[in-house]
Amino acid sequence: MSMMADHQGNSLFARIMNSNMAYSFKRNPVAIVSMAIFLIITLAAVFAPLIAPTDPYDPSLYDILDSELPPAWTNQGDPKFLFGTDDQGRDLWSAILYGTRTSLIIGICAVFVQAFLGISIGLISGYVGGRIDNILMRFADIQLSFSTLMVAIIFLAVSQALFGSETFNKYALFMLVGVIGIAEWPQYARTVRATVLAEKKKEYVDSARVLGFSSIRIMVRHILPNSLSPIFVISTVQVANAIISEASLSFLGLGMPVSQPSLGSLISSGFDYIFSGSWWITTIPGVVLVVLVLVINLLGDWMRDVLNPKLYKG
Amino acid sequence: MKDNASNPAILELENLSKSFDLDKGFLETIKFKKGRITREKRSVHAVNDISLTITKGEALCVVGESGCGKSTVARLVSGLLNPTKGAIHYDGHRIDTLKGNALLPYRKRMQMIFQNPYASLNPRMTIQQALEEPVRHHNPSFSRGQIKDKVTEVMQSVGVDPSWASRYPHEFSGGQRQRIAIARALTVDPEFVIADEPISALDVSIQAQVLNLMLEAKEDRGLTYLFITHDLSVVQHFGTRVAVLYLGSICELADTATLFANPKHPYTRALLSAVPQLSDDRPNHIRLKGEIPTPINLPKGCPFQSRCAYADARCGTEQPLAIEQSDGSVVACHAVEEGRID
Amino acid sequence: MPLLSVRDLVVKFAMRDETVTALKSISFDVARGDRLGIVGESGAGKSVTGFALLNLISRPGFIDSGEILFDGMNMADMSDAELREVRGNKMAMIFQDPMVTLNPVLTIGQQMVETLQAHRKLSRKEAEQIAVLKLREVYIPAPEERLAQYPHELSGGMRQRIIIAIALLLDPQLIIADEPTTALDVTIQADIMELLLELCTTKKVSLILITHDLGVVSQMTENTLVMYAGRIIEAGRTREIINDPQHPYTQGLINALPQQTLPGERLKQIPGNMPSLSAAPKGCAFNARCEFAQDRCRMEVPNFEQIGPVKVACHEVRRLHHETHKQEDLA
Repeated sequence: MSMMADHQGNSLFARIMNSNMAYSFKRNPVAIVSMAIFLIITLAAVFAPLIAPTDPYDPSLYDILDSELPPAWTNQGDPKFLFGTDDQGRDLWSAILYGTRTSLIIGICAVFVQAFLGISIGLISGYVGGRIDNILMRFADIQLSFSTLMVAIIFLAVSQALFGSETFNKYALFMLVGVIGIAEWPQYARTVRATVLAEKKKEYVDSARVLGFSSIRIMVRHILPNSLSPIFVISTVQVANAIISEASLSFLGLGMPVSQPSLGSLISSGFDYIFSGSWWITTIPGVVLVVLVLVINLLGDWMRDVLNPKLYKG
Repeated sequence: MKDNASNPAILELENLSKSFDLDKGFLETIKFKKGRITREKRSVHAVNDISLTITKGEALCVVGESGCGKSTVARLVSGLLNPTKGAIHYDGHRIDTLKGNALLPYRKRMQMIFQNPYASLNPRMTIQQALEEPVRHHNPSFSRGQIKDKVTEVMQSVGVDPSWASRYPHEFSGGQRQRIAIARALTVDPEFVIADEPISALDVSIQAQVLNLMLEAKEDRGLTYLFITHDLSVVQHFGTRVAVLYLGSICELADTATLFANPKHPYTRALLSAVPQLSDDRPNHIRLKGEIPTPINLPKGCPFQSRCAYADARCGTEQPLAIEQSDGSVVACHAVEEGRID
Repeated sequence: MPLLSVRDLVVKFAMRDETVTALKSISFDVARGDRLGIVGESGAGKSVTGFALLNLISRPGFIDSGEILFDGMNMADMSDAELREVRGNKMAMIFQDPMVTLNPVLTIGQQMVETLQAHRKLSRKEAEQIAVLKLREVYIPAPEERLAQYPHELSGGMRQRIIIAIALLLDPQLIIADEPTTALDVTIQADIMELLLELCTTKKVSLILITHDLGVVSQMTENTLVMYAGRIIEAGRTREIINDPQHPYTQGLINALPQQTLPGERLKQIPGNMPSLSAAPKGCAFNARCEFAQDRCRMEVPNFEQIGPVKVACHEVRRLHHETHKQEDLA
């Protein structure tokens, strides 16, 4: 087996480089630039502890005297603080690095939750059909008729009131992942179901049934790998959406606490000072958020054009 | 056909019918007609009361035009669809009521080849994976080596170089894919193969290759075929017996040579005359009036009456019975029965 | 002067990394009132030829060089306006699938009137009268009522008749039919073919019939071209080609038909596949599948030359022709 893997490993790399996707990527400057920016932001976020000059989670490192210092390139700027400091004297550059990391973690994990729920439900719904399909899809309709934010706000507000903000802040990350994940699964379920319905009619599925394979095997081994293209496309868009949802919730004070800031809570924390002249506390994390979401969406657009799933609903 | 009595029947279809409901939910059945709300359930009668016996070693061809229910017959026999009425017996055992694991031994004995070689192989699986999967599934005790040997053997028998096993289906031409699809069906060593238009998606020179391969497999492995096709020249070459289907009913069933030498049912005659021959220098076929009616509301009486030149009052009211003729063919036609057709 | 004269037509497709040649310099003529069959397997270039004749090849394909002289005018370098004038008006095309050729949201009448008014100055009334006349010519019952119907209300055979009626609306001089009956049943196919033949003979319209079915060609056409891998490899009278094919590929194609072998015997198959356009071998494109291939066949592309009553592109054909005739003489 290992010999075969080695043999295929070589050709796999060659296959990727020769694939349509690589070809179209090399010819699409927007995709290249977006990918580069996305990689820079992601790498910076992953290696935040190494890059950041201070640890923004440790309040003992702040000095209140450094509060509201403007970025280093302005007149009153301090070269020690590249992007200036916030109202408590925390280094904004470090806070943004850590905040981006938190935002990305929440976005990606929430999408994993969505994908797991949505793909399982969509596969079963599309493959089994009949009454089960009806029930599951009506369930998805109900879920979709509430906006994600409304569901999340109600749930988070209730749990904040229930557990007190101390406990809530401790588990805020998991809460956000769960709530954003659960609120958006119908997107996946519907797309997967539509693809499964199309794939199910193809003869290779009939052939697998005639060979006597079990339904689960046919779903997972045969239909799912052929339904991946639209899943990839919505995944990118959903990561961007989840990051925005997280930022919105944090901005409303229902998300990450200021002591463990995400991009949303950084924007929120600076919002009170924007009229007193400290624009940077809100603007810089805001720009990072916009750029991050934009490049993810641009990559998603490019991917959709290449993979061209027929049944994409954004 | 009497001489076949010595050979055991491998498959028996007994008054098999299949209809598909057009109006599924309750709301869909409510119709507004002539100022009145009525409840009406429409269904497509794809296959109506078909009885057939296939004996071991023969190649029974089912011919007919699109919408005549020939693919439905194949899918009923292979278990992809459940019959609305009637029964299917395989080797004496009723199989249409079996489910899941109880059906597994019959899956191994009965395999299917599909029409479109571009759709019948999973595009994300290499040929090796596609061929190994059924071997492993049906022979859980096989070692890795045994599975590999089996795959190599099957690939060789269909004329595909085993060294191409790590490639994906899209790297092969249509003819090669159909060979691989046949190989996949043969991996479980079936004795009975259902072939649903296996060559109609292929080019002429490739059709001959695949047909030869199927003939070889028949001789080498003693296969029995249920061969669904619309191409009469293939039937003449490949089939030992032919069933002509029209609107879901069998109108004529005969040995191939008998049918081509002496077609009796008016529809069979029209069908045979419509095949363009190399020796023709102008179209010369029996013209049928009208078009095939939809199988939603079947006409009373003979299904073919609306297009038949010999139809009379009896054909409009009474469904003709399948009656055996002196040369062994079975024809369902009042005009033939009454001797109105020479 | 022939109605249509194609000279050294080359059509290429610009693919990702390379340019593949779909038609490798083909030349043929169609006389007025002539019926020509173009036979070949998928990928042989027969459909591309049909599209190229109307200058309908769209990106990434393009006509690289050559002339398509229709009634003395070169279709290959006409402006779009001139092309529109010729298409439909003088040259019409019938496509394979009657289910998708008609616009589903317009009635039959609207589609016919629109076509007429685009080319002729006619009132709606006059146009409808012509439409009814043409529908009657293709034996459509109750043609006045059909005008108000939508395509989905009609069966496949009926739709293909209407498509033929639309093709005939402007009394074209040439009809190009690309596999017009492949999507239809045998009995319907026979009706449509008979109709097409009748219309072409009574109206003296030329026909180019593109098909893979040698039986259809035999019934319908006077002359035949056999194409293989982007080239014409045999051309001549249909009877001659079917009764006494010269090129080994044409022979193979005819011998592979099930009618040519006794029931239950092995069919005489041609081994291998047609090479793809991008991987055509050196020399004769058929050499890898040909039982008569010599070294020369693997080196040089054979010339297209007159051998007896037909034109053939094969190095070995003279020798083979000679040998078979010697055998016949001996017998």
